Amino acid sequence: MKHEILERNSILLLVGILVVVAIGGAVEIAPLFWVNGTVEKVQGMRPYTPLELKGRDIYVREGCYVCHSQMVRSLRDEVERYGHYSLAAESMYDHPFQWGSERTGPDLARVGGKYSDEWQRAHLADPRSVVPESVMPPYKFLEQTPLDYRDIKDEMKANRAVGVPYSDDDIVNAPSDLEAQADPNGDGLDALEKRYPKVQARDFDGNPKQITESDALIAYLQMLGTLVDFKTYHPDARENRR
Amino acid sequence: MQSATSESPLRLDLALIPTLLALGFFAGIVEAARSLDPRMVVQGWTFAGCMLAIGAWYLATYADGPPKDERGGYANDVVKAGVIASMFWGIAGMLVGLIIALQLAFPNLFYFPDLPWTNFGRMRPLHTSAVIFAFGGNVLIATSFYVVQRTCKARLFGGSLPWFVFWGYNTFIVLAGTGYLLGITQSREYAEPEWYADLWLTLVWVCYLVTFLGAIWKRKEPHIYVANWFFLAFIVTIALLHVVNNLAVPVSLLSSKSYSLFSGVQDALIQWWYGHNAVGFFLTAGFLGIMYYFIPKRAERPIYSYRLSIVHFWTLIFIYIWAGPHHLLYTALPEWAQTLGMTFSIILWMPSWGGMINGLMTLSGAWDKLRTDPVMRMLVVSVAFYGMATFEGPVMSIKTVNALSHYTNWTVGHVHSGALGWVGYVSFGALYCLVPWLWKKKGLYSNALVEWHFWISTLGIVLYITALWVAGIMQGLMWRAYNDYGFLEYSFVESVQAMHPYYIIRALGGALYLLGALVMAYNLWRTVRAPLALSSEIPASALAAEVV
Repeated sequence: MKHEILERNSILLLVGILVVVAIGGAVEIAPLFWVNGTVEKVQGMRPYTPLELKGRDIYVREGCYVCHSQMVRSLRDEVERYGHYSLAAESMYDHPFQWGSERTGPDLARVGGKYSDEWQRAHLADPRSVVPESVMPPYKFLEQTPLDYRDIKDEMKANRAVGVPYSDDDIVNAPSDLEAQADPNGDGLDALEKRYPKVQARDFDGNPKQITESDALIAYLQMLGTLVDFKTYHPDARENRR
Repeated sequence: MQSATSESPLRLDLALIPTLLALGFFAGIVEAARSLDPRMVVQGWTFAGCMLAIGAWYLATYADGPPKDERGGYANDVVKAGVIASMFWGIAGMLVGLIIALQLAFPNLFYFPDLPWTNFGRMRPLHTSAVIFAFGGNVLIATSFYVVQRTCKARLFGGSLPWFVFWGYNTFIVLAGTGYLLGITQSREYAEPEWYADLWLTLVWVCYLVTFLGAIWKRKEPHIYVANWFFLAFIVTIALLHVVNNLAVPVSLLSSKSYSLFSGVQDALIQWWYGHNAVGFFLTAGFLGIMYYFIPKRAERPIYSYRLSIVHFWTLIFIYIWAGPHHLLYTALPEWAQTLGMTFSIILWMPSWGGMINGLMTLSGAWDKLRTDPVMRMLVVSVAFYGMATFEGPVMSIKTVNALSHYTNWTVGHVHSGALGWVGYVSFGALYCLVPWLWKKKGLYSNALVEWHFWISTLGIVLYITALWVAGIMQGLMWRAYNDYGFLEYSFVESVQAMHPYYIIRALGGALYLLGALVMAYNLWRTVRAPLALSSEIPASALAAEVV
């Protein structure tokens, strides 16, 4: 074919460009949506609780992903430093994913339970008070800012629209679930635990008077990587093999 | 419609664009008045303010009939505006970059525990978007407008449509930038702006395609020049990437928050398919369009090889699109996709160097200009940096290398050798060419200042990338080091501590680069203000008057 044809016809050139750039994307991306092995179901994974979802919004808002990855690669040193390598299923409810691209700070995929709430509070308010060499910015305003959860139902509906399996029940009870998780002395705890197995409910920010942004963020951080039980997960089991 | 004579009263663009601005203004007001989301309220006011400002500009410009710039000839004023915007955003973006570099080196600097606005997590997207989309985007719009008109001998299509593209695009920049500081982000790297800003950009981008393609339709030259292939590939592919990667469901029409249509693994691959091709088509194909016009023009030599241009173009755009998965090696992405991504990334070295050779060899017979013309030198060195970065990239996408380099500062250094060396220098070269051409001056105010700019910023780049090479490789080695007992040798924070001196050197490198850009801005300003009128360097009003 003479290239001249394309050089003389802008529409042919345009179509040619579109076809050529579409191929690679189609071949690489499309199969991920129908190849079964891409995301294997793993026991323990559940959608975020309303409080965790709010915490995740804050994590996104503050750009934590800029410095912290949430993806333990299948390399010996990473597994020893951070724990079991990340499974695809562990981010199946993440819209969008938070794998990150740089580690100015450490990976957070399995940070849940590694530090106490109190440490997290002190660290967020003034990172260098607990880790003198840290270069992280201070986030003291989180514990001073009441959590705005007026739109929690809409947020969960939007998540449902993109595929997170929240039930009607989950959505209707979202505000009370959120309050129950941050204030475990209330009534809603049993219902919360039934809807969200393995949920950690307590006063995360040490301030029982108020649900703050700090409550939400710490609730999110403390659940990261804790849902899948790696004592019972066997990567070599038949159902987990690619 | 494109008729610009004062006798023609009916102008579709002058009916549609102000209507659109009015609709935008009301949409902004409605958001500001009705939203419960305080961030959205600020964005609503900001958007309404932008619409009002553009409307006022339209009124001032068109109240007494079409301005002089529209009466025949090429659309030059919009290119001038693009040049000014490029320089402004370039300096702003570099300044933010310097601030966040200093924040990493001295973490108490410019941090306020009670206020989130200036924290690294919000400032970093401000920096990346300001330099890539605000600086780079304005450079691309301005140069593509300039080049397509000259190489097609036709005016941009749609009357004032190019102006709408310019103002609309910069409105997007303002929305995005203020949004980051407010904490509005999708957390998709280089695609952080939220759904409403994305929709606005889509609209502006379609107008960009129409005005650009319209000029090609009206061309008086039988052939479409190679630079325009690259500009066209940049425009249409960015449209495709932008639309797919930003598919999301907003929490409500009054909320600034949305959730991505995709999740986890699929989301990660789509994001890096976008992310790597923002590099491939925004920062490479677009700027190659600049290379293919400005280097031959400045060297007064034809492109080295027409055949190589064809091979370069098609192989580059075909292969680039596959390379995304190299950002996700050893992750939960299926192995086959990782391997494909790595393979194509390595193959990508070939077309990249084909383009480099085509650019460099265009100087055959004019190599003396490297000595005599500092602007030429800047353009040529940009292509050399392009060659270096496009060699380093494939190396880093080899899985075993990536195991070490990923997540470290090496990646940051790699990006900056491409961004500062290639994108920055080719843009500076083009702007140094454009200002005397557009403002009809004999030449630049001072070639000596261009020399200063070149050497100051080259020193800056060298400091920047060498510091981050050392820092990145050190980080990677420290993370995987084991002691004699088989335990990990270093805690994470020891690797943070080890970065300190390199963060300082990097900030120094960035400061020098910024200083160079300030010298440039001064030089360009003095050039514009110079009284010298011009010779006949501009290709011609005689011909241009016939156009339109």
